[in-house]
Amino acid sequence: MNNDIYVVIEHLRGQVADISYIMLAAARDLAQVTGGEVVGVLLGQDVKALADNLAADKVLYGEDAALAEFTSDAYQLALAGLISENEPRAVFFGSTTIGTDVAGVLSARLDLPLVSSCLKIADGVIVSQICGGKIMAESGLADTTTFITVIPGGYKPEEGQGGPPEVTPVSVTVADLKVALKKYIEPEVADVDITKEDVLIAIGRGIQTEDNIELAEELGELLGGAVCASRPIVDQGWLPTARMVGKSGQIVKPKLYLALGISGAPEHAEGMVEAENIIAINIDPGAPIFDVAKYGAEVDLFDLIDPLIEALEEAR
Amino acid sequence: MTHILVTAKLVPDLVEELEIAESGTALDMTWLRLIINEFDDHAIEQAIILKERSGCEVTVIAPDQEGMDDVLFTAAAKGADRIIKLVGDFEEGVNNHALARTLAASTKEIGPDLILTGVQGNDDFDGSVGPYLAEYLGMTYVGYVAGVTLEGDKAIVHKEYPGGLIAELEVTLPAVLGIQAAEQPPRYVAVSKVRQMMKEASIDEVDVLDLDPSGGLEISSMYLPEAAERAEMLDGDEEEIAARLVEIFKEIGVV
Ligand SMILES: Cc1cc2nc3c(=O)[nH]c(=O)nc-3n(C[C@H](O)[C@H](O)[C@H](O)COP(=O)(O)OP(=O)(O)OC[C@H]3O[C@@H](n4cnc5c(N)ncnc54)[C@H](O)[C@@H]3O)c2cc1C
Ligand SMILES: Nc1ncnc2c1ncn2[C@@H]1O[C@H](COP(=O)(O)O)[C@@H](O)[C@H]1O
Repeated sequence: MNNDIYVVIEHLRGQVADISYIMLAAARDLAQVTGGEVVGVLLGQDVKALADNLAADKVLYGEDAALAEFTSDAYQLALAGLISENEPRAVFFGSTTIGTDVAGVLSARLDLPLVSSCLKIADGVIVSQICGGKIMAESGLADTTTFITVIPGGYKPEEGQGGPPEVTPVSVTVADLKVALKKYIEPEVADVDITKEDVLIAIGRGIQTEDNIELAEELGELLGGAVCASRPIVDQGWLPTARMVGKSGQIVKPKLYLALGISGAPEHAEGMVEAENIIAINIDPGAPIFDVAKYGAEVDLFDLIDPLIEALEEAR
Repeated sequence: MTHILVTAKLVPDLVEELEIAESGTALDMTWLRLIINEFDDHAIEQAIILKERSGCEVTVIAPDQEGMDDVLFTAAAKGADRIIKLVGDFEEGVNNHALARTLAASTKEIGPDLILTGVQGNDDFDGSVGPYLAEYLGMTYVGYVAGVTLEGDKAIVHKEYPGGLIAELEVTLPAVLGIQAAEQPPRYVAVSKVRQMMKEASIDEVDVLDLDPSGGLEISSMYLPEAAERAEMLDGDEEEIAARLVEIFKEIGVV
């Protein structure tokens, strides 16, 4: 095993994902402790230019037609060879729908340990955020190559940008695939573009029923904004996907983000932490949403909405 | 007939206050309320949908944790044909490597064509069960799936990509799919129907002797996030909070 830190670069449709830069920043912190280099691993076809902006000491570039689009088994095959041949100290993957699939399978295939949801590296310690953001867990590197999946929030993407690094082509073997990409299905066209609204009333599972969404809409009208939601509300079919904020939804930066009955799980926070003013209403004083909000109130949203609507009507 | 196996586990209810055990490296289990991992609930729903659509056989398998019988009988009430409980030392919690190994051992005897797991659990520290299970069984894994259709020895799945993009993938069976969301929200079953199942259905028990957690990293320290950057909390009754909120709206310039 050597002391290098590998970062599996995620990219989709010709663009490097922000999580890749975030991982490079985390890898730099870890490499300073292990004394190795930060090595980007870029897989794909005709994507060499994507290496240009990576803050890595060097980049390994594996090209194959089967890697043109991401499918987990093609990536697993390509990476399994690279990792077992080179035995880096650690390998970073995005804690994304792409990276997690690959990291999990490779952890079992190569019998190497995996730490998930790493937020940051502090003096060589892996600091993870679990239980929907309510618990922090620390661990150290194992005696073998250690896999780490990274969530956003601990580093800014700019910290992992730089370059251009030296790019070394590597040969990868990808054959006998069991998963084929048939097509991409584009996100539905939105009735309201929540990324363009100044005011967002965001509702979560605390809203309890579909009928109660009316209350949020009434607030939205009074404040001249739109209603958006956390994932469970969309999974229930109560609001269209285009209204979802977070990892699988939209990234919003309104002037006001009023969160009603949202716990503030990392997957949700990812989409709204950059809002100018976050105000959270939640009955649970331990809800992680209060960690990202500017103002908070520990009250039942159903007790607050009527007085709030009245106060707003008076103020107009 | 396609045989679908669904795995389930219980996870901490995050609405409750979580406390750290004296060891400082684990959750305090004493008052911890466990609920079904919501993604497992979606996996059960997706299996039942496939059964209704294409006549599959559905088996649900889960470790013995307090409250698991209810979850299994509920699955039976929804339409699961067989419910199995792994009996062993699960009360203090096991890591996902160990869980996947015992699931893999039992799965070999059941011989499913398709396995659905919840895509992750809120307490996963060492990765999720699905990919490990797939690998221990030599099956293909695809996670973050929202929508499954069966076509012969293939599954057509919708996998979520970042930014709301969906990839339609053709997956050769046997495979393990990590379910993010079923095609429709998990159905509700009346308590009376679950009670009836407790009388009619029975849970098959499989003894698990050794749990092998190797491959999972040890947690060296566990704590609640620091409260340093907490929100400024607004005090008073609802009327006072409402009045203060309107003032803040004015300061921000949205009223
Ligand atoms: C791959 C992946 C992607 C994901 N992507 C997203 C995403 O894009 N967006 C997203 O939002 N989630 C996403 N999630 C889900 C995320 O992990 C959380 O499960 C989700 O954000 C929780 O939504 P919630 O806060 O509405 O519900 P909960 O976590 O259940 O929180 C409800 C909150 O409401 C409060 N509450 C209840 N009743 C009241 C009341 N009467 N008054 C006031 N407060 C009340 C409770 O105290 C609680 O804090 C994703 C998960 C995965 C695995
Ligand atoms: N080929 C498919 N593969 C997976 N899921 C599908 C497929 N077609 C439709 N779905 C899902 O099935 C649900 C109903 O879709 P539809 O068939 O368009 O009515 C939607 O939630 C889709 O995500």
